[in-house]
Amino acid sequence: MSGTTESTTTRTDLTATGRTGLGDSAFRILTLLAGLVVLGILVVVAGELLVESVPNIAHEGVSFLWKTQWSTRLNRYGALPFVTGTVMTSALALLLAGPVSLGIAVLLTQYLRGVLREVFVFLVELVAGIPSVIYGLWGLLFFSSIVTNYVTPAIRATPLTALPFFGPVGASSNMLLASLVLALMISPIISSFSRESLVRVPQDQRDAGVALGLTRWEVITGVVIPYARAGIVSAVILGLGRAIGETMAVTMLIGNTQQVTVNYFDPAATMSSLLANSFNQTSNPLANAALFEVGLVLFLVAFVVNSVARAIISSISHEGSR
Amino acid sequence: MSKQFTRFGEAVSRRKVIGGLGTVGAAALAGCGGGGGNGSSGGSSVSSIAGSGSSFVAPLMSKWATEYNKQNGLKVNYASIGSGGGVSNLLKKTKVFAGSDAPLQKNQYQTVQSDGGAVHVPESLGAIAPVFNVDGVSSLKVTGPVLADIFLGNVTSWDDPKLTDLNPDANLPSADITVVHRSDASGTTYGFTGYLSQVSDGWKNGPGQTESPDWPTGVGGKGNEGVAAKMKQQSNAIGYVELTYAKTQNIDIFSLKNEAGNFVDASPEGVSAAAAGAASSLPKGTADWSDVSISNAPGEKTWPISTFTYVIMYQDFGQAYKNVSEAKMKATLEFVKWAITDGQQYAPPLHYPQLPDPAVKLNEQTLNNMTYNGNVVLQG
Repeated sequence: MSGTTESTTTRTDLTATGRTGLGDSAFRILTLLAGLVVLGILVVVAGELLVESVPNIAHEGVSFLWKTQWSTRLNRYGALPFVTGTVMTSALALLLAGPVSLGIAVLLTQYLRGVLREVFVFLVELVAGIPSVIYGLWGLLFFSSIVTNYVTPAIRATPLTALPFFGPVGASSNMLLASLVLALMISPIISSFSRESLVRVPQDQRDAGVALGLTRWEVITGVVIPYARAGIVSAVILGLGRAIGETMAVTMLIGNTQQVTVNYFDPAATMSSLLANSFNQTSNPLANAALFEVGLVLFLVAFVVNSVARAIISSISHEGSR
Repeated sequence: MSKQFTRFGEAVSRRKVIGGLGTVGAAALAGCGGGGGNGSSGGSSVSSIAGSGSSFVAPLMSKWATEYNKQNGLKVNYASIGSGGGVSNLLKKTKVFAGSDAPLQKNQYQTVQSDGGAVHVPESLGAIAPVFNVDGVSSLKVTGPVLADIFLGNVTSWDDPKLTDLNPDANLPSADITVVHRSDASGTTYGFTGYLSQVSDGWKNGPGQTESPDWPTGVGGKGNEGVAAKMKQQSNAIGYVELTYAKTQNIDIFSLKNEAGNFVDASPEGVSAAAAGAASSLPKGTADWSDVSISNAPGEKTWPISTFTYVIMYQDFGQAYKNVSEAKMKATLEFVKWAITDGQQYAPPLHYPQLPDPAVKLNEQTLNNMTYNGNVVLQG
C-alpha cells in the first residue's frame, strides 16, 4: 500500500522535470504490463480449460470427480483413478522427502562449515536442476530393479503389509517406484529452499539460546526451526507442487493403469500422466473435453495447494518469524 | 496445355545441348505446368512441405527427406508425434500430409468428404511382434487365440496348459504373467488389436480394434521405446512392439501360428508376403480404407500381425486448404511418388519391407488422379 502512494508522488514530481518523467512512467507501464501478462496467462489458461471441458461437464456432471471408469469405447469418463493416483504418489513422496530434506537443510546450515558446506550446497542445487526425463530414465532402467529386488521384499517382510497400502505386488512399474523417484526429485528442492530460510535466522537468536544453556539440538529444534518455519512450509509446498504436476518421470514409471487403488505395489496413473499419454491423440470430441476437464481439476488442485500454503505461511508469520 | 508442354519440352532439349542451363528450362517448365493462378514463379518458390504423424515410419521418412533433399532441394519436415496426432493435424489442416499406421476411421472419412475427400497412399509396411521376457527361456510358440486370452486376462500364469501344451520343451515358470501394453494412443496398438479381434471373439466383442483400448489387464509404457524398456525390466512379462524395436533391443519374440497353420518368425519378408496377397484387392485411393487389413493374411510364410502405414492427404488441396498453392501440392505429390518408387530402396537397410508392385501401381494411379480445384496436378 505504501508503495503505491510513494510511486504516485514520485510520478507527479518527475512529470514536471520532463524527460526523466517520461522514462519513469514508461518503465512503470512496462512493469505493469509484465504483471498483467502473468495475470492474463492465468485467466487465459483457466478460461481455455473451462471452455474446452464444457462438453464433458455437461455429459458427466460433477460425478466426473468420483466415477471410476475412463473408457473411450463406452464414451464414459471418470477422473477418480487419476485423482487417487496423484494424491497417493504425492503424499508418499512428501512424507519421505519432507523430513529428509529438512535434515539436509539443517546439516548444511548448522553443522557443515567452510569448503565442505559450499560443496554440499552446490551438489544439492545441481541435483535440483536435473531434468525430470533423466530421473524417469534412471528410474526405469536402473532404480526399478533395486526397488523390485530389495526395497519391495524389505517392505513385505515388515508388519506394514497389514496396511492396505502395501498389499500384493502387482507389477514392477507401480506407485511405490513413482513415489520414491518423486521423493528423490523434490527433496533437493525442499532442502534448497529450507536452507535459504534457515540461513536467515539471526545469529542473535541462536546466541540467546546458547546463553540460556540450551544444547545444540535444543537450539535447532527450539529456536532455529520455529523461527524459519514459514520458509520451510513454503519450501515443502513448492516440493508438493512439483510432485503433483510431475509428468515425464511419473509417466515412465507408474505403469499407466487406470484403477482406483491404495496399494503402492499396484500400477496406477496420475492426472499428469493421463494427459501426457492421451493428449493430441484422440479425435473423439468428448474424450478431448474430458482430458481438458482433468487439466482443469489439476489446475484447481494446484491453485488450492498454493492458497493453503499462503494461508499457513501468513498465519505462522504473524507469530513472529519476520 | 499439352501443346505448351511439348513446346517447352523442345526448348529444354535444345538448351541441354548448350549446357547446364537445361535445369533452368526445367524449372520454368515446372512453373508453367503449375498453371492455375500462381504464375511461373510457383514451381521454384516451394522450398519445403510439412507432414506429421506415425512414429513407426519416422526413421524411414527421415531417410527419405534427407535423400530427396539431396536430389531435388525440397525440404520435407516430418514431425514424429504419433499416428493419432498426425491425423488430427491433417483434419485441423495444419499439415499437408499425415503419416498414420491406421487408415481414417469411418467418421473421419465422412468428415473429410466436405473438403473434397482424402486419399490413402500405403507407403510402407510394418510387422508387430509379440514379445516376452521369461528367465531362461528364449524361444516360445503362441497362437492368436492364446495371445488374446492373455491380453484379456483369462490366461494369467506362464504354466497355464494353453501355453505349456504349445511349448512342451520350454521350462515355463509357475509365475504370473505381466501384460505390457502401450499407454498412449498408437497405430501399433491399432494393428495389434485388429489382429486380436480377427482371431478372438472375446477380444472383438470386448476391447475391440482401436488405438487406445480399455485394457483389461497389465501396465502401460509410452511409445514403442517405453514398452521395450518395461519388457526388459519386468520379468515374466508379455508385450508387443514394432519388429525393429524388438530386434534392436534384443527382446525375445514369439513364433506365431499364421493362417496357413505354420509357426513363423517375424521378418520383413513375412510382411511382404502378407501384403502381396492383399495388394491386388485394395480399394481405390479415394475410397474408405477403414476396413483394409493385411492382418492374419493367407500364405505359407506370412507373418500374421502385419500392417500398412499410410500417407494420408486431401484429394484436392485447392478445395481443402485456404493457403496452399498448386505448386506446393505438386511438390508434395512428387515427393510421395518418389517415396513409393525410387525411395523404396532405402527401406530394407532400415528393416522395413519393400512395398509390393500392385500397391505401387495403385498408389501411382491415386496420385495421378489427384486434383487442385478440379485440375489434375501430376502429368503422367
